[in-house]
Amino acid sequence: MIDVNNSPGASGSEPSNDTSATRKNTTELVKATLARRYAAEKRFRFYGIFAIAASLLFLAVLLTSIFIKGLPAFTATKVQLEVTLDTELLGIDATANEDAIRAANYAAVIKKAMRERFPDATKRKQKKELDRLMSTGAEYDIARRVQENPNLLGQTVTLWLQADDELDALIKSGVDLTKPDAISTRMSDQQIAWANQFKETGEVKTGFNTAFFTNGDSREPEQAGIRAALTGSAFTLLVTFLLSFPIAVAAAIYLEEFAPQNRWTDIIEVNINNLAAVPSIVFGLLGLAVFINFMHLPRSAPIVGGLVLSLMTLPTIIIASRASLKAVPPSIREAATGLGASPQQVVWHHVLPLAMPGILTGTIIGLAQALGETAPLLMIGMVAFIVDIPTSITDASTVLPVQVFLWADSPERAFVERTSAAIIVLLGFLVAMNAVAVLLRKKFERRW
Amino acid sequence: MSASILLLVALGLAFASFVYGRQKAFAVAARGGGVSTLHSLPGHYGLLAALWCALPAIAIIVLWKLFEGPIISSLLTSSLPEQVIANGTSAIDLYKNDIQNIVASGKVSSEQDANKQAVALKLLSLNKLNQVLLTIIALCAAIVGAVFALRMIKPTTKARKKVEAVVHAFLIACASIAILTTIGIVFSVLFEALRFFQQVSIVEFISGTKWSPQTAIRVDQVGSSGSFGAIPLFLGTMLISAIAMLVAVPFGLMSAIYLAEYATPRTRAIVKPLLEILAGIPTVVYGFFAALTVAPFIRNLGESIGLSVSSESALAAGSVMGIMIIPFVSSLSDDVITAVPQSMRDGSYGLGATKSETVRKVVFPAALPGIVGGVLLAVSRAIGETMIVVMAAGLAANLTVNPLEAVTTVTVQIVTLLTGDQEFDSAKTLAAFALGLMLFVTTLILNIIALHVVRKYREQYD
Repeated sequence: MIDVNNSPGASGSEPSNDTSATRKNTTELVKATLARRYAAEKRFRFYGIFAIAASLLFLAVLLTSIFIKGLPAFTATKVQLEVTLDTELLGIDATANEDAIRAANYAAVIKKAMRERFPDATKRKQKKELDRLMSTGAEYDIARRVQENPNLLGQTVTLWLQADDELDALIKSGVDLTKPDAISTRMSDQQIAWANQFKETGEVKTGFNTAFFTNGDSREPEQAGIRAALTGSAFTLLVTFLLSFPIAVAAAIYLEEFAPQNRWTDIIEVNINNLAAVPSIVFGLLGLAVFINFMHLPRSAPIVGGLVLSLMTLPTIIIASRASLKAVPPSIREAATGLGASPQQVVWHHVLPLAMPGILTGTIIGLAQALGETAPLLMIGMVAFIVDIPTSITDASTVLPVQVFLWADSPERAFVERTSAAIIVLLGFLVAMNAVAVLLRKKFERRW
Repeated sequence: MSASILLLVALGLAFASFVYGRQKAFAVAARGGGVSTLHSLPGHYGLLAALWCALPAIAIIVLWKLFEGPIISSLLTSSLPEQVIANGTSAIDLYKNDIQNIVASGKVSSEQDANKQAVALKLLSLNKLNQVLLTIIALCAAIVGAVFALRMIKPTTKARKKVEAVVHAFLIACASIAILTTIGIVFSVLFEALRFFQQVSIVEFISGTKWSPQTAIRVDQVGSSGSFGAIPLFLGTMLISAIAMLVAVPFGLMSAIYLAEYATPRTRAIVKPLLEILAGIPTVVYGFFAALTVAPFIRNLGESIGLSVSSESALAAGSVMGIMIIPFVSSLSDDVITAVPQSMRDGSYGLGATKSETVRKVVFPAALPGIVGGVLLAVSRAIGETMIVVMAAGLAANLTVNPLEAVTTVTVQIVTLLTGDQEFDSAKTLAAFALGLMLFVTTLILNIIALHVVRKYREQYD
């Protein structure tokens, strides 16, 4: 009642002059402060928009800076060179076996070819600078060709060979090579002049960087690739999935469908919620102490990584699976029970299939988290320098995020673009996994 | 047969018993007058046979693999030459390693000295005996189990109940893994931490102000003997977390308020997933970005106004971490804000309050307990965050609260102490576990309080 009487527009009997005056004052007071209050309202709204805009701006800056840095790594520079496969220089002849062919002195052949291409390099220092234009990857490339076709020995062939990372960066940057002073690089003016000659005669080309996807790690940036890390990640995720998916689903089924309401169930529930918030590095300590020091599983192996990551992703998948099981309406269970199904038959034949899309969505999101996880894997020694592609879950290996971490530490400038490129690949996988999860949810989600 | 092949064989036998058991159940039923005379479905009888076949065999293989190492090792010790045994346990271990390498390389020949060759041959024969025994026992168990179960196939046998009991036990075991994990974490961290506190006093650890974990490797080496005062680490962790919270709480809270109270459903549907992307980016990416882009930017900015900023400043790591936590704070706050009943807002509007006044004076106080819970969870995340600080914060344990200087954190030290080649018994390595214990206990307490607050709050309006 008081509300109605005091509201400015209300008509009706006014009890006395006194309150009428107060009322007028209140109205004026409100009107006087109204502009200020509306300004405050606008400001508040602006703060909200600003907070969101700033967060999104940061996201945009982060992604564009990584893309701009990383895209050049997907192309690589090659140099055309006329190489004479002199058997004397190589130290092998046509009868050489595989090992000898692999171990032959290809560096000498490349050096000779470079000196023939640029006869102006006469001083010792100049020769050294000239040699540094080519990657050691070029040697492996020639070795591979000779292995495939030993008839090449003794012949003169024109090959496209891998350039060193400095030359690679110089060519890809697209700067004017005739003005060496304006270029910031570790290369000397002489080297830049040579590079310019290469460029003018069309003896350099940039193409897709296949080495980045087929090689393992390397100390030479131009030869470093993510194949070993990708394989390691695949093995680790496989172990994680095989362990965490069945265990998490079983745990969720028990807790949601069968568990009696008692202390023990309460403890398990609190435990799962707490585990979901334990820092990942603590899981790494657990893995180090239990799996490596106590159970003597191999260090740096995907099996240990997978074990640690599955312990870490279990809570995520259990929580998602429980939500999904809970969403299946009781009428389904009652109908099945009414037809004579045992409680377990109800679950396995009816509830679980209906909850499966939600469970799979949760699993994919959990695995995506595991794919991006780094810290616990550092603890169990997956930071090794891995050149060879791992072939089983017990081989020493590394994973993609750890490879990013390792390269981020490298001083060479060329590793910055490799790191960013590895991040792009990693983000690509994460986007793909999340897209699959969203699609699953969209396609199969049922509102009961 | 090796253990993995043996496992496959056991599974194959189990499958065969399933098929045979199911057929037998059909046969028994046909004799008795149809499938309906059986207590359970024929498939249940098959499953029963398969379980009785596979479970004992798998249990034997797993237990065998757990205990074969120590047993073979102790058997081997008895056959070592006397002079090796006289040299003590480390010499024995070294010798055994040698023998193991010889056997693993598969080159037991007269090239090694006679003693080693004899022991290696002994190990070879032990290994062989071990494998033969395991194969025979495991296969016997599988066959005996299968035969036993197959003989049980009668219309009165309650096969479904038995199978379901096994499945039920499996479900309980899976649910208990969460508890086992916690126990595993507590024990592994606690034991190593206790060993650390035998070498370094706990008082020095939690009250000392000097952290330099480098211990001399050789006795005669000149240099520090290591000091383990963890105060600089705690302070560094708190500094970086505080910076992160200063970024995350206002931004996260304001975006949550805007999304919950102002945004149209359309905007909300677009902006919310975009914000969630920030939470989905791996932390190593943030670390790379913080170290390579944000830190130099902050340093240049500071230098341009005449401040000296370290290139590994706490500010860089903290602010990037804060941005990472924004979606975390925002989605938790969003949940609690939307849970505030609409009637409270309507009441406020009815009294003439503007939207922002309603939010500040009605919705926010009502949602405050939930928001505090969410912020506590965010703090525990900030404390436990590793990769950003490893890549962007420093290693030097400075005792400072100046955000422009380099500080180090608990997680950074755990990583540096445990990566690289370490002897596992040195105080340096064990210190990592002591720090891990601190980290685990702190985050656990924060989580318990936060989860309690959030749960309590939900009950209030449900």
